[in-house]
Amino acid sequence: MKSMKTWTAAAVALLSMSTATFAADTIKIGEINHYKRMAAFAEPYKKGIELALKEVNDAGGVLGKPLEFIFRDDDGKPGDAVKIAEELMTREGAVMLTGTILSNVGLAISSYAGEKGYIYLASEPLADDLVWKSGNPYTFRLRTSTYVQAAMLAEEAAKTDAVRYATIAPNYAYGTAAVEAFKENLKRLKPEVEFVTEQWPALFKIDAGAEVQAIERAKPDAIYNVTFGTDLQKFVREGTTRGVFEGRKVYGLLTGEPEYMDPLGEESPEGWVVTGYPWYAITDGPGKTFVDAYMAAFPGETPKIGSLVGYMTVESIAALIKKAGSTETPALLEAFKDLKVATPMGEITYRALDHQSTMGAYIGVTAVENGKGVMRDWSYKDPAPYMPSDEAIAAMRPAK
Amino acid sequence: MAMGLFVAQLLTGLANAAALFLVASGLSLIFGVTRIVNFAHGSLYMIGAYVGVTLMNVLPGHFGFWGSIVLAGLITGLIGVVIEMCVLRPVYKAPELFQLVATFGVILVIQDLALMIWGAEDKLGPRAPGLKSVVRILGEPVPQYDLALIAITPFILFALWWLITKTRVGILVRAATQDREMVGALGVNQAWLFTGVFFLGSALAGLGGAIQLPKGGADLLMDLNIISAVFVVVVIGGMGSITGAFLASVLISVLNVFGVTYLPQSTLVLMYVVMAVVLLVRPYGLFGREEKAGEHGQVGEPDRPIRPFGKMGMALTSLLLLGLALVPFLGSSFAQVLIVDILIFCLFAASLQFILSTGGLVSFGHALFYGGGAYAAALLMSYADTPMEVAFILAPISAGLLALVVGWFCIRLSGVYFAMLTLAFSQLGWSLVFQWNEVTGGDDGLVNIWPSAWLSDTTTYYYFALVFVTAGILFLRHVIHAPFGYALRAARDSARQAEATGIDVRKVQWMSFALAGAIAGLAGALFVFSKGSIFPNELQISKSFDALIVVFLGGVKTLSGGIVGATFLEGAKDWLIRLEYWRLVLGLVIIFVVIIAPDGIVGTLRRLGERLGLRRQEEFMR
Repeated sequence: MKSMKTWTAAAVALLSMSTATFAADTIKIGEINHYKRMAAFAEPYKKGIELALKEVNDAGGVLGKPLEFIFRDDDGKPGDAVKIAEELMTREGAVMLTGTILSNVGLAISSYAGEKGYIYLASEPLADDLVWKSGNPYTFRLRTSTYVQAAMLAEEAAKTDAVRYATIAPNYAYGTAAVEAFKENLKRLKPEVEFVTEQWPALFKIDAGAEVQAIERAKPDAIYNVTFGTDLQKFVREGTTRGVFEGRKVYGLLTGEPEYMDPLGEESPEGWVVTGYPWYAITDGPGKTFVDAYMAAFPGETPKIGSLVGYMTVESIAALIKKAGSTETPALLEAFKDLKVATPMGEITYRALDHQSTMGAYIGVTAVENGKGVMRDWSYKDPAPYMPSDEAIAAMRPAK
Repeated sequence: MAMGLFVAQLLTGLANAAALFLVASGLSLIFGVTRIVNFAHGSLYMIGAYVGVTLMNVLPGHFGFWGSIVLAGLITGLIGVVIEMCVLRPVYKAPELFQLVATFGVILVIQDLALMIWGAEDKLGPRAPGLKSVVRILGEPVPQYDLALIAITPFILFALWWLITKTRVGILVRAATQDREMVGALGVNQAWLFTGVFFLGSALAGLGGAIQLPKGGADLLMDLNIISAVFVVVVIGGMGSITGAFLASVLISVLNVFGVTYLPQSTLVLMYVVMAVVLLVRPYGLFGREEKAGEHGQVGEPDRPIRPFGKMGMALTSLLLLGLALVPFLGSSFAQVLIVDILIFCLFAASLQFILSTGGLVSFGHALFYGGGAYAAALLMSYADTPMEVAFILAPISAGLLALVVGWFCIRLSGVYFAMLTLAFSQLGWSLVFQWNEVTGGDDGLVNIWPSAWLSDTTTYYYFALVFVTAGILFLRHVIHAPFGYALRAARDSARQAEATGIDVRKVQWMSFALAGAIAGLAGALFVFSKGSIFPNELQISKSFDALIVVFLGGVKTLSGGIVGATFLEGAKDWLIRLEYWRLVLGLVIIFVVIIAPDGIVGTLRRLGERLGLRRQEEFMR
């Protein structure tokens, strides 16, 4: 019966070999994501990619060839993502890899890419380790770093007279990093602040009533929120019902992103200082062009931050290949150095220093308008002033 | 003031217990009567929430709100009936716990259907009309809806109590919980009893999903998010006990609230610590009854004796190994990477099958040793600059030692309670790794764990993995045919008789548990060096269940079931995942295989071979 193993394995291998098709007339990019496991985030992201691809290819593609994305689902498992990365690069003929939302999957692909010499543009993962502590020569990241967004909120927080802070963040690596960055920056700007309680609900398993009571008990002046998704919904509802936000400043990391504000609708919190994406309020420039094009391409849908990131991913890759003039890895690596890309957010640069893009963030104050949560008094901030110093970053990156 | 907060916290805990109790009592009832470990119970909870939120948006006012909750329960109950009749009924005669494979298929199908029907965006639950604000109790704000939940729960508990103790249906349910064969012998139509219980259990899950809407909403991850908490409650309360489920829900919910306040970092582990402690003090939960001897591994047809491969088998195996050895000359580098993945999973599944089939010990937490081995290697490489070769050898040893410790606690229990204690330990291990950021990197894991230069080539690593997986599997088979294996099977088939012949049953089981752990650790070490990184999801519950499912899918009463099942599932998934609705298709494929092959793939093929006369009908299994 052991024979079954071999035969099935061989059959699987043969069958998948025969399905591989080589069409040499397109430039292929391997895109790995959790389309099912994280559908709420991955769907808008994929639409952003599709929109940008259409625009790029309508304009003649790159290097005279159409750009093609091969979308593959990894089920949110780092191990599976690594296997798919290998398949995309060696069998599907992809010239580079991109994708992922979950930090751990991004880190797994990055580690593999570094070992095998594949270029990987981490589009959405939040972990700053990707470009700093675990950075490698082959990994680049588009999305604004968590550290920077937390530092922007800390700057706003330091302007008020609040000194007693409570934090609430999901109990995993992203949550801890987000709280650490906020504390570090706020303490630097305002040494007298104290953190009176730190709450760590399990991701997507928040016991919101208990968390709200625990925060109330600590009597903070202000609250720093990192929860998102269903945790955020429950936290906002219990917090509003029990009045924990009354008379308190609240700072919300990513809270203003449509992914999280839209489901809250008319129950969206008011007066929170948040980072997010106020697409509805962008009235001119490339930002507006993108919003219009997106809504025209997908009637009945509004853009999310994921849509923007997906769109910018394609723009980055198209600009990269154009600059490199080739799809060979060494040429692409060289072209990535201080690569400049025109995007709906303005021009961004992939810094040669740490491979992080200079995509910034919108910061504003939440409000409810027409039954929808929106950001008011917002502004777009460039990330450069909020980054750790170049020396600090260079010291963090592993020597290679 | 402090008193006020205390009371308010207590009330929050009690309110949280409501939904948990509903879902858990449903699972407990289903398990008590049908002995099915229904993994899909969380999916029914999710359906209840989605149906509830859809109805609430249509039906207006008080009546609409409460009517929606009741309707959501009824509709979920009917969906449960469909699942029971179409998927589970055909496999009741299969080996015990086999049905969990079918319920796993159901989870996948429901996940994709829910995405198709309701879309990806989270649905915020509407607030209860008339219950939107707070009541001040001793100065502390308490949401009105919380008080409503606290008031409703005792009524449901009472209704269930009345149903179980005062009606004829209840008598049958209780009788079936104690001895279902006897009930059958007395002329009760078991099929309808099972269907009825499934309806009730599913309806309770749906009710739980709908009633929590004002405190949350409906989303696509809620099925898997609640399932572990529900299992914990059922186990602490005692399988099959409604009162137990109630007390355990209250206990867990209240403890959680105080945990959040006084030990905010404890949110992941607390309930598993409680479960482990309860099981160690009261092995059958608070209100559970001791399991009848022989519940596991011996329902249905008795296990066949085993025999090593004959000449034919040896020749075939050699041929196949030769085929695998030739892959690098014929296939692409991806084919090698894919086969390495499959081989590693085969070894992991084989190690589980060793304790499960030969030892009769159903472990729900086997990933602890797989992930434990992987993390041992990764930690040694990251912090001690250990050479890769040494780290690789130390990984299975560390996993074996870990299994030795965990096994010492677990083998005191048997059957489902043993399974649940292994689950508790694996969750403790997982949360330790998940939370200890400074050392394990938490969810961001450990990266850049690569093999030495001489092994870094894909083909070299392929042979490396092939040699170790083959050696591991052959070693396990050898142990099964050695005197130790005989002693282990004796302990499985009749602990008492084995004791009488001088076998130290516990020691034999303990050692087999450690051995299986070590082999799982070997698989984990092969994994970490093939991927170059390790993350906590490799020791999560779902990883343990992956292995469990392939063992049952392949055939629990065979020797090679795990290997065949692993190859089948990995292969099928690698192929199907390219499709848009791959979860739906994979779920249906699993359900289909389960129905046509109720003895597992190997078991059913063997039977088929015997029936067609291709194989001698012999009393041996391979």
